[in-house]
Amino acid sequence: MPRRDDIRRILIVGSGPIVIGQACEFDYSGTQACKALRADGYQVVLLNSNPATIMTDPELADCTYVEPLTPEFAEQVIRRERPDALLSTVGGQTGLNLSVALAEAGVLDRYGVELIGAKVDAIKKAEDRLLFKDAMRRIGLESPDSKLVNNLEDALAYAGRVGYPVVLRPSFTLGGTGGGIAYNREDLIEILDRGLALSPVHEVLIEESLLGWKEFEMEVMRDLAGNAIIVCSIENFDPMGVHTGDSVTVAPAQTLTDREYQMMRDGSLACLREIGVDTGGSNVQFAFHPETGRMVVIEMNPRVSRSSALASKATGFPIAKIAAKLAVGYRLDEIANDITRKTPACFEPAIDYVVVKIPRWQFEKLPGAEPVLGTQMKSVGEVMAIGRTFKQALAKGMRSLETGKAAAAEVFDESLIPQKLITPTPERLGYVFHALRRGHSLEQVREMTTIDPWFLQQIKEVVELEKRLEAESLETVSPATLLRAKRDGLSDAFLARTWKTDALAVRERRKQLGIRAVFNRVDTCAAEFESFTPYLYSSYESECEAEPASRKKVMILGSGPNRIGQGIEFDYCCCHASFALQESGVESIMVNCNPETVSTDYDTSDRLYFEPLTLEEVLNICDTEKPSGVIVQFGGQTPLTLALPLKRQGVPIIGTDPDSIDLAEDRKRFGKLLDDLGIPSPPNGTATGADEACEAARRIGFPVLVRPSYVLGGRAMAIAYDEETVRRYVQEAVVFSRERPVLIDRFLEDATEVDVDALSDGEDVLIAGVMEHIEEAGIHSGDSSCVLPAISLGGIERATIESCTVRLARALKVVGLMNVQYAIKDGTVYVLEVNPRASRTVPYVSKATGVPLPKVAVGLMLGRRLREMSNLTGGLAQGCLPVPQFFVKSPVFPFNKFPGVDPALGPEMRSTGEVMGVGVNFGEAFAKAQLSAGTPLPDKGCAFLSVNNRDKAAALEVARRLSEFGFSLTATRGTAAALQAAGLRVKTVLKVNEGRPNGVDLMKAGAIQLVIYTPAGAHSFSDERVIRRAAIANRIPCITTMSAARAAAEAVAYRRRDPVRVWSLQEIHRGQQSAQG
Amino acid sequence: MSRAILALEDGSVFEGSAFGAPARRAGEVVFNTSITGYQEIFTDPSYAGQIVILTYPQIGNYGANSEDSEAGRPYIEGLVVREFSSIASNWRSQQRANELLESHGVPVIAEVDTRRLVRHLRTRGVMRGVLSAAGGGAAELVEAARNTPCMAGLDLATRVSVKDRYEWEPPAEPRFNVVAYDFGIKRNILRRLAQTGCRVTVVPALTRAEDVLALRPDGVFLSNGPGDPEPLRSQVEQVRALLGRTPVFGICLGHQILGLASGGRTYKLKFGHRGANHPVLNHLTNRVEITSHNHGFAVDPDSLDPSITELTHVNLNDHTLEGFRRRDVPAFSVQYHPEAAPGPHDSLYLFDDFARLMEECRGGR
Repeated sequence: MPRRDDIRRILIVGSGPIVIGQACEFDYSGTQACKALRADGYQVVLLNSNPATIMTDPELADCTYVEPLTPEFAEQVIRRERPDALLSTVGGQTGLNLSVALAEAGVLDRYGVELIGAKVDAIKKAEDRLLFKDAMRRIGLESPDSKLVNNLEDALAYAGRVGYPVVLRPSFTLGGTGGGIAYNREDLIEILDRGLALSPVHEVLIEESLLGWKEFEMEVMRDLAGNAIIVCSIENFDPMGVHTGDSVTVAPAQTLTDREYQMMRDGSLACLREIGVDTGGSNVQFAFHPETGRMVVIEMNPRVSRSSALASKATGFPIAKIAAKLAVGYRLDEIANDITRKTPACFEPAIDYVVVKIPRWQFEKLPGAEPVLGTQMKSVGEVMAIGRTFKQALAKGMRSLETGKAAAAEVFDESLIPQKLITPTPERLGYVFHALRRGHSLEQVREMTTIDPWFLQQIKEVVELEKRLEAESLETVSPATLLRAKRDGLSDAFLARTWKTDALAVRERRKQLGIRAVFNRVDTCAAEFESFTPYLYSSYESECEAEPASRKKVMILGSGPNRIGQGIEFDYCCCHASFALQESGVESIMVNCNPETVSTDYDTSDRLYFEPLTLEEVLNICDTEKPSGVIVQFGGQTPLTLALPLKRQGVPIIGTDPDSIDLAEDRKRFGKLLDDLGIPSPPNGTATGADEACEAARRIGFPVLVRPSYVLGGRAMAIAYDEETVRRYVQEAVVFSRERPVLIDRFLEDATEVDVDALSDGEDVLIAGVMEHIEEAGIHSGDSSCVLPAISLGGIERATIESCTVRLARALKVVGLMNVQYAIKDGTVYVLEVNPRASRTVPYVSKATGVPLPKVAVGLMLGRRLREMSNLTGGLAQGCLPVPQFFVKSPVFPFNKFPGVDPALGPEMRSTGEVMGVGVNFGEAFAKAQLSAGTPLPDKGCAFLSVNNRDKAAALEVARRLSEFGFSLTATRGTAAALQAAGLRVKTVLKVNEGRPNGVDLMKAGAIQLVIYTPAGAHSFSDERVIRRAAIANRIPCITTMSAARAAAEAVAYRRRDPVRVWSLQEIHRGQQSAQG
Repeated sequence: MSRAILALEDGSVFEGSAFGAPARRAGEVVFNTSITGYQEIFTDPSYAGQIVILTYPQIGNYGANSEDSEAGRPYIEGLVVREFSSIASNWRSQQRANELLESHGVPVIAEVDTRRLVRHLRTRGVMRGVLSAAGGGAAELVEAARNTPCMAGLDLATRVSVKDRYEWEPPAEPRFNVVAYDFGIKRNILRRLAQTGCRVTVVPALTRAEDVLALRPDGVFLSNGPGDPEPLRSQVEQVRALLGRTPVFGICLGHQILGLASGGRTYKLKFGHRGANHPVLNHLTNRVEITSHNHGFAVDPDSLDPSITELTHVNLNDHTLEGFRRRDVPAFSVQYHPEAAPGPHDSLYLFDDFARLMEECRGGR
């Protein structure tokens, strides 16, 4: 069955912003799908609201729409582009839901668009838990006992029948949002209430608990001819009870016999056939009772999922790419296996290594969130590690996490062992090691964790080896013992700590003893056939398969696991760097350990090393590859911290010199540079102790911003209005040292913040984007919406910003990308910080300007001048890139996953993702961005205002506009008085601490559509917090700054004035492209 | 931990840790890429005369049990693994994998860079080797490897076959009488035949056709087994005598014997097919089956007369012949293992096909 010729133009829907449970794995799947379909001659129309993705790059599709993922906007795209088909299965749950919505609204029929991948019936059967259970019963697969409820009475009756604990799963939510385990009646009432509210269909499935059962996943592919294969099996290290996205997982399954494995295989294939998934990849989850072996099927995803990304990386089998080809009619046996070339994709990968995935959590950024793992996913990212054995893979995975703490150096509390083992938290894995080190038996740990003894035995063996090593020293250790340590995954740094020496000394010693890392290939076939794809992982085996090339090559260090503040944006930069190198005829070598990303697709770079981003591992690769250059400026903070140590080891870093990077980060050196250049910055100082910090703060003047050095995403930043706060911060919040002191800056209240991205070849400086933040200074730049072009800057301010940027770039001898943050207060432009590297906003600016910034930057790093690349920059080598139309970037927050967390914004970044809105006016762009971010602004209804005194004048202006648009107004007493005094009709409502009914009651009653609530300081803090939480819970947009309130008024104006309209990036930048061409 | 050595005839020597029995064994060194199913592999009589490398690096994890053996004892000569588990973790486990091998005198070498070894064999082809967990110098073991008889030309099937006829546990309501030639038959074939409604009489490899027919079978099954099919002239002769007189179904070595009995030739593959992931295209259904393989020899499709044979199955990896049927008489066979154990169940339908063929022939009689 060859490719279908009756379809020509295919719409692919992406998954929108990065949120917990739906991250850049869908950029990976969407990008693969785009590439595969275009390579096959299809035209691709792409819709995704997330500008940080590779898939939304204009080069990857014929028409790229960065527009809201709603039926209304999608219909406009369909109306304009008239695709023949819609591929529903590569855009995560969001893509699937939108596809179903378009089908049900009749849009697909109206425009003659065929749904390919999965049909609506199949999607429903898989997603609706009751239909799914019925389907499973028909094919003889057991499911957990359960009941669908929509009220408390039924839920309590059910729990009374099966006994507690019971599991609750709201229908149709993402990543288990709103679900939980109820151990008693109180839990049940609370979780049910929340779950019913979150479920779009007001239903919750209540289910017998499978806590402690063994959990497995199967990745399945099927073609239209009915051929089906298993790509990979995955075993969860953490048993049932922890969401699979929050579990350490292992591929392939380790503790099942062939008989049980084949039971799962048969079950998976039967499941796909019964559900009716015609083509593509699906994921089926199973649980086994650890003593009886009873097998139940938990759920299936009729689409490419997070696990399929993992399975693709774990096996070298590109699930999304193949899924796209199957959707257009190919059979599995008609598609070649890229890696072996000679064999077809219709086979089941045989692997001869072990893969471990470990999630990355960030509870430290979400005070108030309970760091307990359950049925709702809470991790923000993950790492994958490949080793020849489980031990090796686990150790590599743990150091890939970059928690900032080395496993052995972590602080453990002996008395907490039972608690930390019994209740799953991010610390559990560390405590398993700790408990075994402290002499707990495997059986004891098994009993408390219910983790399979085989996994615990592996850890126990490592702990025993650690003990043996403690009796040795760097001088006495035998080559055999050292080799054993390396084969079991222990790092040079760990050995150095054990032997009280430094990691480089261990490295030297082992190299003297002939113990070197080698590289093995991921080849889908356990070496049965030759592999043509250099997809490599390190090991301490006896043969190296790297086969490095002798041509010019450059290595790119990726950004590791997704974190708040370091996410997909950096992967975008790394991938583009790789593409640019290849275009320049230079071999590109990627190093990264994040399985969700496009950068770890074996297709992206000439060579891929799936390795932790540690000095040891990177040096090992350099030993083998001997690259002519290493790029550190695209992967965020992770590679930057390696820049100087790598340079000291003689590794050639290209682009901006590591010393300049250090200069920009070093307070004293940087302060001097600014003084020399005569560029103002807020008064600042550094401290290595509480007293010193308080003294510095007094000298600088309050309020002050305090933070540790070398951070990204505002980790552990705070604004302090008094000495007490400074002291508490220094004592409790951060780890600092003489080399890494605490930084203290004057905080500029009510300043306008501006972000600048620029390209520099050391002489010429081209300003790529001057982004104005919509939130004022003090809100982390990653958490503030921003707009291109800037909307309120004066000519002089703009000129000052441009000139400062040029002078800074020259002074720092920046070669490549640079980001500068400015604050403007009372007409003065202050430099807040300079980062001589790619910033989070690079993809957004690239998409707004139509200029591929990372590509230009790579050219610069390879020694070219901006002047030589003006074909890419619309003819410019200096000045500022023009921006046609308005582009607003808005953040997306994870607060709905963390009920205890205060959603007020501050200097600590907490958004997980971003969206972009495009418009011909600011209001339109902002309204679209807010819609995409999941907080759509209303066009009518009631606005609730409560602002502090300072904001009253501005609030009046906003209130008047809203009133003109027909909004009714409600306000707390003080605000109401101010508005009434100006002649507006306002209803007064009580503050929460004044009594009832208050603002929260009105929100719950659905009487409020927009909240404008600016903080009044510590005394009203609890009131504000309740209001903000209520707004989130009731999905009402809640605006906490006056600048955002003004923007919101603009957006409301647009909604009342302009039609729903969309533009493709290609048409917006057509002028740009013709200038290039 | 004592040391073990694997020496190959080309002089390569691999050192590792010794597990299993403290013994020295010689054989053809082959690799299997299955991720699960080591117990079935250990106990598959087709591995007689072979030292088996498992490419999956963590072996022994789920122990061993009395249900998953394919014969009464392990048949592999020796086992080569990357890491051998010191514990067994599975609710069905009754002993550690190490104990199973140790109690039957099978040596194991672990901590070997199995990937390098496999790459070596893939490039050079399978070779003879000696695995010693009982001492011996490298040079001496290499010499011993060179003196080991070659697999080509070896009749191992007769050696592993039962000496006396026996009956496999029959199904509750048997529909067919089947006589199964035991050339090294796997228990799961017998279980599958029984599940298909067959009362199975297992007969020794050298049973004469007349004696088989005297049992009045509805069909004859030709089993899998070890070694080279070429020397099995007498067996081929008997099968030729059976063709046309009773339906015949062959698996693996049984397929090769049917090939020879149909006038074809067999040849030795460079490093064979051993794994559970081979794609086989069934020409009759145009569907791909993921199949379990264990063979070092194959039937040359060009040697089969198209007027009396129809090629039904082909391997999509290397386009070798995986199955054919006779046009003139009721007989068909596959090179791979539809009974799985270990491996996928995609091809279980072949047992039903056999039942259907027996049904048809009985009807026509």
